[in-house]
Amino acid sequence: MTASGDIKAGDRIVHKVFPPITRHTLALYCGASGDHNPIHVDIDFAKAAGFPDVFAHGMLVMACLGQALTDVVPPSKLRTFTTRFVSITQLGAKLTCEGTVTELFAEDGEDRARLALTTRDDRGELKLDGSAVVALGQQEDSSR
Amino acid sequence: MVDQSAVGRSFTPVTARVEPGRLRYFLNTLGEQNPVYRNADAARAAGFAGTPVPPTYLFCLEMMDVDDPFEMFSTLGIDLARVLHGEQSFVYHAPVLVGDTLTFRPRVTSVMDKKGGAMTLIGIRCEVTNQDGVHVADTARTIVVRNEVTS
Repeated sequence: MTASGDIKAGDRIVHKVFPPITRHTLALYCGASGDHNPIHVDIDFAKAAGFPDVFAHGMLVMACLGQALTDVVPPSKLRTFTTRFVSITQLGAKLTCEGTVTELFAEDGEDRARLALTTRDDRGELKLDGSAVVALGQQEDSSR
Repeated sequence: MVDQSAVGRSFTPVTARVEPGRLRYFLNTLGEQNPVYRNADAARAAGFAGTPVPPTYLFCLEMMDVDDPFEMFSTLGIDLARVLHGEQSFVYHAPVLVGDTLTFRPRVTSVMDKKGGAMTLIGIRCEVTNQDGVHVADTARTIVVRNEVTS
């Protein structure tokens, strides 16, 4: 994002569509994330737990949303990132991540924007409902 | 069932190193192509002193380097098959870079019964510091336990 004057409440600044979630994705994410809960990769375990099949890690879906977010907001500008996991994300889901500016405000000596974030599957069902606070402006203040 | 006595309980602190190979595996899994995470020059141009990590990666680091990733569930007597993730938040205070060594200190901050005891929501907060003692982030998660209900 550039200068704070560039965006206003109501602007949709985040929009990204992801390829379908496959069993392979879940297996890779199991290893890559350290979340080895078998419910996401072992269909026998998932069925014994009362689910029809394995399903996506919530944090895999949040990682997609985070990716969509930092495609447009430099990671050095991200102050908070929060989501609620609304419903289980099934195999084959094609996720669409979106973010809209809801508020511009000043906090901790910098101009900031609050974004409302959603992730939906290709049937339009809400998977994640979240928000983020991002810093506006050009100054690079996060190096150390 | 988990009750209020769990509130305030802390778990073994986790020390995790941000390793480039493991991070690359995560980036590849997610199809993450943003050069800021993959290219040192791009990261420097974005104001970082090193290569940063994606916004949810803190959650992974804590799970990857803990001795027993499900210690909390076994300690509290929770069956892994009955656990769902309810909410997750990150508050970022300072950059986390490849090569950092982070310490996570998780603790239970709330226990709430829902739907007449059919579900228990457990709130866990975690302070994250780096090798220089810098407080880099706070994370919070809500774990949903689907309780066995006798019908």
